[in-house]
Amino acid sequence: MIRIVDLSRTFNGHAVLDGINLEILQGEITVIIGKSGVGKSVLLKHIIGLLKPDRGQVLIEGQDITKARGADLKALKQRFAYLFQNGALFDSLTVFENVAFPLREKTKLPEAEIISRTKERLAQVALSQEVENKYPDELSGGMKKRVALARALIQEPEIILFDEPVTGLDPPMTNTVFHLITKTHQASGYTALIVSHDIPEIFGIADHVAMLHKGRIIAYGSPDEIQRETNPVVQHFIQGEPDFLEE
Amino acid sequence: MINLIRQLGRQTLSLVQEAGRMQLFLLEALGLFFIPPYRPRSIIKQLQFIGVRSSSIILLTGAFTGMVLGLQGFYTLRKYGSEGALGSAVALSLVRELGPVLTALMVSGRAGSAITAEIGIMRITEQLDALDTMAINPMQYVVMPKIIAGLLAVPLLTAIFNVIGIWGGYLVGVVLLGVSSGSYFSGMVQSVESLDVNGGIVKSLVFGLTIMLVACYKGYYTARGAEGVSRATTQTVVLSAVLVLGWDYILTSFFM
Repeated sequence: MIRIVDLSRTFNGHAVLDGINLEILQGEITVIIGKSGVGKSVLLKHIIGLLKPDRGQVLIEGQDITKARGADLKALKQRFAYLFQNGALFDSLTVFENVAFPLREKTKLPEAEIISRTKERLAQVALSQEVENKYPDELSGGMKKRVALARALIQEPEIILFDEPVTGLDPPMTNTVFHLITKTHQASGYTALIVSHDIPEIFGIADHVAMLHKGRIIAYGSPDEIQRETNPVVQHFIQGEPDFLEE
Repeated sequence: MINLIRQLGRQTLSLVQEAGRMQLFLLEALGLFFIPPYRPRSIIKQLQFIGVRSSSIILLTGAFTGMVLGLQGFYTLRKYGSEGALGSAVALSLVRELGPVLTALMVSGRAGSAITAEIGIMRITEQLDALDTMAINPMQYVVMPKIIAGLLAVPLLTAIFNVIGIWGGYLVGVVLLGVSSGSYFSGMVQSVESLDVNGGIVKSLVFGLTIMLVACYKGYYTARGAEGVSRATTQTVVLSAVLVLGWDYILTSFFM
């Protein structure tokens, strides 16, 4: 379980995270929703230790990642995989090399085993053999996300953080990626934390939904509870009302 | 007036802070060389990129530099009837000064700028963050091999530059202008001392380290998209050139 306690971070005098408190339950899919630029990705980067907060804690099974250093931090990071918004694939490596990369770097598995596992993961995200030798800049947006998902899954992490996994994809591809996330989640049982503003698709895959607004979590609950939430900011977001009506 | 002084103070402080950050960056990168995984393959790959792929431009500039030295030296020395000293003039100029400095400037323009662009793009496309999330230290994976390779490649390229330059001077001075081959080489052997050669090696080591440090640092801390990469690349070439020339003066004053 991940417990976030009073997490705060200010950039240039602007409090992006202002006392976040949230629990992400083990083995569940939790989705964080909120407007663009509200700090959802910043929150994810604090959870995996890429950014350090001004105040607060991120407890992974009781261990605070914000205070961890050296081998402790490395051990904590090894429990995670992170799917970046743009995939963050290594542009000098082919699709196959990208997916095999964590195994080649972090394990001493024989090459035959690495090849077999990589092919298995590529098949799991419905990528054919033809794309194996392509470079990331030869792929479509949807393919890049699937390669990034395969790279995340090959690490067999306990927790996967998804930063806007379907942004910029067309509706069929959005459904494909969400379907892949649910399918792999069911198969591997990892804890998933997804940052997204894709309403209503996320209600179909989430166990819990949290809404981030002005640096705080203003609503948390099951998809049904969130949809019934009376907070006008939540309803405004879910209904997709134009921003000027909020004024 | 007070505002001017304040501005000057602020800029000086920022410069000192930047220099401090660069030194810590260098110490971290060098320290990671001694911590596993040692990444010999990455170092060899970078040696190929910085060293082997710079060799053609080094051969070309070395040859022309030596030829110009031969030409200029011949007409200057002829005024004093000392054409025989051409070999020592060419060799000393190359080994002490022109070899290390021009090699460093060439490497900075060819490899330094490319390294900044490469690391800068990795930064803005979150590839460095991706390494970090996989518990792979991006400093060790990306920066350390480049700094070590630069440290090894620049002295070797300098040696190539010097040898080719000496033969370029020979071509112009001996083959074209008729200086005796014996006096060209014997003058060189008599006048070039081990201190000159060692001084040149020390200079090229310092220059190699400086270029790679600037290139990696500027790339690593690139911000604000494509414009940021472009700015960082320009800064690498300019700052490397200024630092190389500055270091050259300081080191020369030690070795003279």
